[in-house]
Amino acid sequence: MDDALKKKLTILADAAKYDASCASSGAPKRKAEAGGLGSTTGAGICHAYTPDGRCVSLLKILLTNYCLFDCAYCVNRRSSNVRRAKFSVDEVVTLTVEFYKRNYIEGLFLSSGIIRSPDHTMEQLIRVAKTLRQRHGFRGYIHLKTIPEASPWLIEQAGLYADRLSINLELPTEASLERLAPEKDGAAIQTAMGQMGERILQAKEEKRRFAPAGQSTQVIVGADASTDESLIRTSARLYDRYGLKRIYYSAFSPIPDAASILPSQSPPLRREHRLYQADWLMRYYEFSPDDVAGATESGMLALDVDPKLAWALRNRDRFPVDVNKADREMLLRVPGLGVRAVDKIVAARKHATLRLDDVARLTSGLKRARPFLIAADYAPVRLTDRLDLRTRLAEPPRQLSLF
Amino acid sequence: MRTRTIRLRPGADLDGFRAAVRRLIRDDVAPDAVTWIAGEAQSLFPEDAPAAGPSPALALPRAVAALVPAVVMHRDPERYGLLHRLVRRVADGERHLAEVASDPLVHRLNLMRKAVASDLHKMHAFLRFRRAGTGEGGAGGRERFAAWFEPEHHILAEAAPFFSARFPSFDWSILTPDGSAHWDGRTLSFGPPGRREDVPEQDAFEAGWTDYYSSTFNPARTNLAAMRAEMPKKYWHNMPETAAIPGLVREAGRRVGEMIERAPEAPVKRVPARALAAMAAQEPASLAALNAVIRASEPLVPGATQAVLGEGPQGAAIAFVGEQPGDQEDLQGRPFVGPAGQLLARALREAGIDRERSYLTNAVKHFKFEARGKRRLHKSPTAGEVAHYRWWLDRELAFVAPRLVVALGATAVLALSGRQIPITRARGPAAFAGKPYGGFITVHPSYLLRLPDEARPEAYEAFVDDLRRAASLAAAPAGAFG
Repeated sequence: MDDALKKKLTILADAAKYDASCASSGAPKRKAEAGGLGSTTGAGICHAYTPDGRCVSLLKILLTNYCLFDCAYCVNRRSSNVRRAKFSVDEVVTLTVEFYKRNYIEGLFLSSGIIRSPDHTMEQLIRVAKTLRQRHGFRGYIHLKTIPEASPWLIEQAGLYADRLSINLELPTEASLERLAPEKDGAAIQTAMGQMGERILQAKEEKRRFAPAGQSTQVIVGADASTDESLIRTSARLYDRYGLKRIYYSAFSPIPDAASILPSQSPPLRREHRLYQADWLMRYYEFSPDDVAGATESGMLALDVDPKLAWALRNRDRFPVDVNKADREMLLRVPGLGVRAVDKIVAARKHATLRLDDVARLTSGLKRARPFLIAADYAPVRLTDRLDLRTRLAEPPRQLSLF
Repeated sequence: MRTRTIRLRPGADLDGFRAAVRRLIRDDVAPDAVTWIAGEAQSLFPEDAPAAGPSPALALPRAVAALVPAVVMHRDPERYGLLHRLVRRVADGERHLAEVASDPLVHRLNLMRKAVASDLHKMHAFLRFRRAGTGEGGAGGRERFAAWFEPEHHILAEAAPFFSARFPSFDWSILTPDGSAHWDGRTLSFGPPGRREDVPEQDAFEAGWTDYYSSTFNPARTNLAAMRAEMPKKYWHNMPETAAIPGLVREAGRRVGEMIERAPEAPVKRVPARALAAMAAQEPASLAALNAVIRASEPLVPGATQAVLGEGPQGAAIAFVGEQPGDQEDLQGRPFVGPAGQLLARALREAGIDRERSYLTNAVKHFKFEARGKRRLHKSPTAGEVAHYRWWLDRELAFVAPRLVVALGATAVLALSGRQIPITRARGPAAFAGKPYGGFITVHPSYLLRLPDEARPEAYEAFVDDLRRAASLAAAPAGAFG
């Protein structure tokens, strides 16, 4: 690899890393054809982890970080003084293929600053994906960032080659978007998401290949004054309306050459974590947005306890729950019990009566679960009435980052 | 108590275990009485003779049968004994034992299965190939890659097919301390253990990969515990990028501090006013520009020779929208030139409509077909495909600005109205919601071609009548469509 290409890679990977998404999941299982390259496994693979604990699955880069837009939260906004670079289509293709052959990556996640026009930029992104698929028989994972300002037909062409498409919401309210991202238009973003959701659904029904891994989006947390409750309600609406596969919450992170309009501070990582947990509760634990809202205080999720525990502490009259009798839905509400633990409990209790030791073998969260459940040989001693329960179960205030 | 010693092949001997456990159940041997030995080591104990004749069949519940092959790969020397215990209890009547995850034995076996699954996953994830020149055929021959990996369990045979499904187009070898796997483009074969020295010491892309790894790290989010939980240190020495970790961690605090403390700087460059103004003008400004976009686009239905664009003058009073180009249209690149088009031309003449002064186009711009020998059989576009093409049709008709648009057949109606409407019921004047032109619905001429001979003349007359009505509507004064 020559030095010029390495230098571009450094700049354009650095410029892309604020996008939280890196998943390589959701594509149908594929194998390479003879002479081709690449496969997908369904669940996705993380090929490495960086010291921030995040997974490296896809080669996540920008085609270019030159950009005509001026979004205050973005390191690549036109008024930023960062170093700029631009890949050619062939350079991205070469990097993807050569990295892939060495088993470094699952595929490509390509995004770009807006150059010349949204359409021109979108065309370049599509060209990369098309070249990989057609010239190299590449069957690995491709995630293309979709530019909502591009023409609708171009956005749809991307679905022919990409497994996943994403359009970033960026900020939870239109007012914030207007203030911080003057070239963006909240209504246009949602229209594009709706259009995409419709096409993906239609293609699935018609068994056509079109963005088989669906669409996702990202919201930046902590760059405006939105509450957790409003974020969660927005998410619920997006999942429901546009069939999104994932919503990524990205704690606003200090960037080199920050804009004066935004606070320069450590990213609210704990808050981001709580939002993911709340999102999970809605998608896998049958919590409604109202349930989650009911676990917040002045619209914010607690930082010392997870949202499920916060909900349980507010609804102590629903507990304790008998692991041998309670229905699945109620077991899912028990703090410390995950979906898999609940399913194991439901399967095991058909053939055995569960004691506390048995439950201990089915979950690693027994310490949190204990005050909320009943087993054959165990009932909590009015533990749910104790006033200090929250303090006893809260996570010690620790620093998430370890320098 | 009669004791038995059973010797199995080293590693994961699934077949050997299956045969042995069948005999043990048949002979009612208690798990405590069995000594399992894996490998070549000489034993001091008398060994169980290999089965005389086929071992008896043993029907196991699916959950048990699924657990066995995974646990057999585990490196724990007790694995066979534990599995024997499980099979024995199931055979003794606990048919659902494997579903009782809270049982201590099942719990332990599940942990072993999980460890094996994780090891497999990590091998697929963390193995790194290095280029080892070209294989047979010398320069210009197939590329060759090699990797060294140290799996924790006996998983090589299970892990290797993943790599041949993913990398069929070059030769590769995976060397481990327990054995090796080789792919030559056709077959996957297994061989003796390899040595780390047999893999090249470096690779031309490793430095670039490490640079990428370093650049994608966000120092403001440093979280070493999370990294180590997912990528335990034992894997690091075979992953080139991990050499960068100490430096990244050392520098992280300083880099974040600098970012937070640095005062915002004024932009060096001026606002690119002209580029910003030009950016807004991406929408095709003319029919010719739109057609250029369509021509350059990939067919959303694969296989077509070329896009078939609309034909006729802008400002035509009447426009006809068909379904999609057929075989002839696809080859010639012009709409309505095949058999159905010729029939349409005849009907237009009889209805007194000048084809040259009308606009003709299709809802979908690319031919879709099923190959049947040398013939290409037309296939109707799906509703989803029609929706993909609507963007263009809407803009195209906006440029042509006809007073009346005639939808020929159901696909055209779907494209213009966004809804599925049966032609028989909607035939005649129509209003397409939100469109500035009047609408008219009739059949597609290809429908007439498919009718039996005796029914055709009457249907054809009705079609010509429709065209006459459409022509008079198109000639009516502006505003006549309400």
